Amino acid sequence: MSSTSVITRETVEAVQAADGRRERRHRPGGSLESRQFSVFRAVFLAVFGLLCILPIAWMILASLKTNIDIYDPAKTFSFSPTLRNYSAVFEQENFLEFLVNSLIIGVGSTLLALVLGVPAAYSIQRFSMGKSSVLILLSRVIPHVTLLVPWYFIFASLGLVGGYSSLVISHMFISVPLIVWVMIGVFEGVPEELEEAARVDGLTHIGAFLRIILPLAVPGIATSAMLSFIFSWNNFVFALVLSGTDTRTLPVAVFNFIGYASIDWGALMAACVSITAPMMVIALLGQKYVVAGMTAGAVKG
Amino acid sequence: MTATTTLRNTPVLTRASDWANKHRKWVLAAPAIIFVLALMVLPLAYTMVLSFTDAQGSIQRAFDFVWLDNYVSILTDTTRFWPAVWRTLIFTVVAVSLEMTLGMAVALLMRKPFMGRRAVRVAMLLPLVATPVAVAMMWLLIFEPTIGFANQVLGWFGIAPQGWISDPATALPTLMLVDVWQWTPMVILILLAGLVGLPEEQQEAARIDGASNWQRFWHVTLPMLKSTIIAALLLRSIDAMKTFDLLYVTKGTGGGSSHEVETLNIYAYALSFDYNEYGMASALVLIYFLLIVAVLVVLTMRRKGAQR
Repeated sequence: MSSTSVITRETVEAVQAADGRRERRHRPGGSLESRQFSVFRAVFLAVFGLLCILPIAWMILASLKTNIDIYDPAKTFSFSPTLRNYSAVFEQENFLEFLVNSLIIGVGSTLLALVLGVPAAYSIQRFSMGKSSVLILLSRVIPHVTLLVPWYFIFASLGLVGGYSSLVISHMFISVPLIVWVMIGVFEGVPEELEEAARVDGLTHIGAFLRIILPLAVPGIATSAMLSFIFSWNNFVFALVLSGTDTRTLPVAVFNFIGYASIDWGALMAACVSITAPMMVIALLGQKYVVAGMTAGAVKG
Repeated sequence: MTATTTLRNTPVLTRASDWANKHRKWVLAAPAIIFVLALMVLPLAYTMVLSFTDAQGSIQRAFDFVWLDNYVSILTDTTRFWPAVWRTLIFTVVAVSLEMTLGMAVALLMRKPFMGRRAVRVAMLLPLVATPVAVAMMWLLIFEPTIGFANQVLGWFGIAPQGWISDPATALPTLMLVDVWQWTPMVILILLAGLVGLPEEQQEAARIDGASNWQRFWHVTLPMLKSTIIAALLLRSIDAMKTFDLLYVTKGTGGGSSHEVETLNIYAYALSFDYNEYGMASALVLIYFLLIVAVLVVLTMRRKGAQR
């Protein structure tokens, strides 16, 4: 597999190291580039950055407006902000219940997927089991709608549709391969000699894995856990089919807002901000890890 | 250490742990592999069986084998199937081309340090982690014909308001723009990682030889980055072909009950869960899966070629 992987852990680390180096080395005016080019680049990237943020800012603004203000073009930027939409969402729409569902399914599927995925990644990396990882690649390629009908049938015959277990299992289908991809890269960076040294000290192979290798991989495990949680939280289609009234997740709850004769835009935007905000906070706090995980996990294979 | 010693003193556990150590390669890897296999290969086999039957309606209902009838009726369906195929391909080709072009431009500009580089990186992450359903809703409001911000901006320049997503003629292009907004950052991150991994010597050599910026990009950077570019292309093409959340959430507003913005994914979902035509849907999703695998194979072959 490493023969087909384009971006390894090393490159990701090289990116980060180079980032740090260059940021320190950088002095304004010290570059070879022309002034014109610098101005062009600054403007281009500022516009690009703004385009990334503006729609989100617009959503936040709308969530703070009454519906009357949303319909009034004169009140685009000048309006008296209100938290009414948020209180409506949390008090009348059982949003807290859906939030708890999303948390249970996100945390549950992430923990279970770590238990399955981390040892598998270690084994695949150490014993170069390239062929077994082809399966994982296939799981990345298959459209989820292909699996939904049989899953629905199987889960229904086991009486699991509408319960947490079918949702946790379906979300693990995304997170196990994701965790394996990220962790293979992480284990590539752990020297094999460490394990041999532990063996010499009398630990079993599995003991060496648990006591020596695993603690070294903790930052990588955190990265993959974070990504796994984000993907579970954001997932829509599995819960759309497999959840019941009591196990509905946030994206499905938000989707159910639409379809009324007239959309309550203020409350809808408040709901959208509420489900997106935690992911943005995670991304801001774990910026380096999210970037490393997204590029490593995404490009491999 | 002590825990291991006590474990080793118990005969049964010793034998078990010896066995586990001897076969650790499989003991560690098997649970994950079996899990993914069970959730993928068995259902795929089941789907294949269903695709040869007339299964529909309730789950319990008995079904008969009709063999290739489902495949024939899908492949000869020119009202919904073939338009959905073309729409899926057009959506993918246009959105991914835009993402690759814009992504390459931004990645090249971000390669060298500048003030505010961190800020741009953070801004880029936001679309990537935003919940797709919320993203779809957010753009529905922005593209709302009467109260949306998009038409307001057009108004500042004296341009007539557009129907955007609610107009079947502009719905698909508008949704491509949303896809570009959300996923260009992914392309940038991948290309940036590839760019930083490139050795600098060739760049310097080309610069000393007097190559212009454009020549250096075209003759030095691009060939060296080829396999990274194809990797990004592969990833984005497959995901774009599978776009679901955005299209499903906005579908009710895209020209009402007509199927103007229906891609294969949306059609497959409708056949499965709106019409409960399980046999037909199974045949459709297998054809759809084969289409994706075909794209994967073509792009992987090009990638292998690039690495040589």
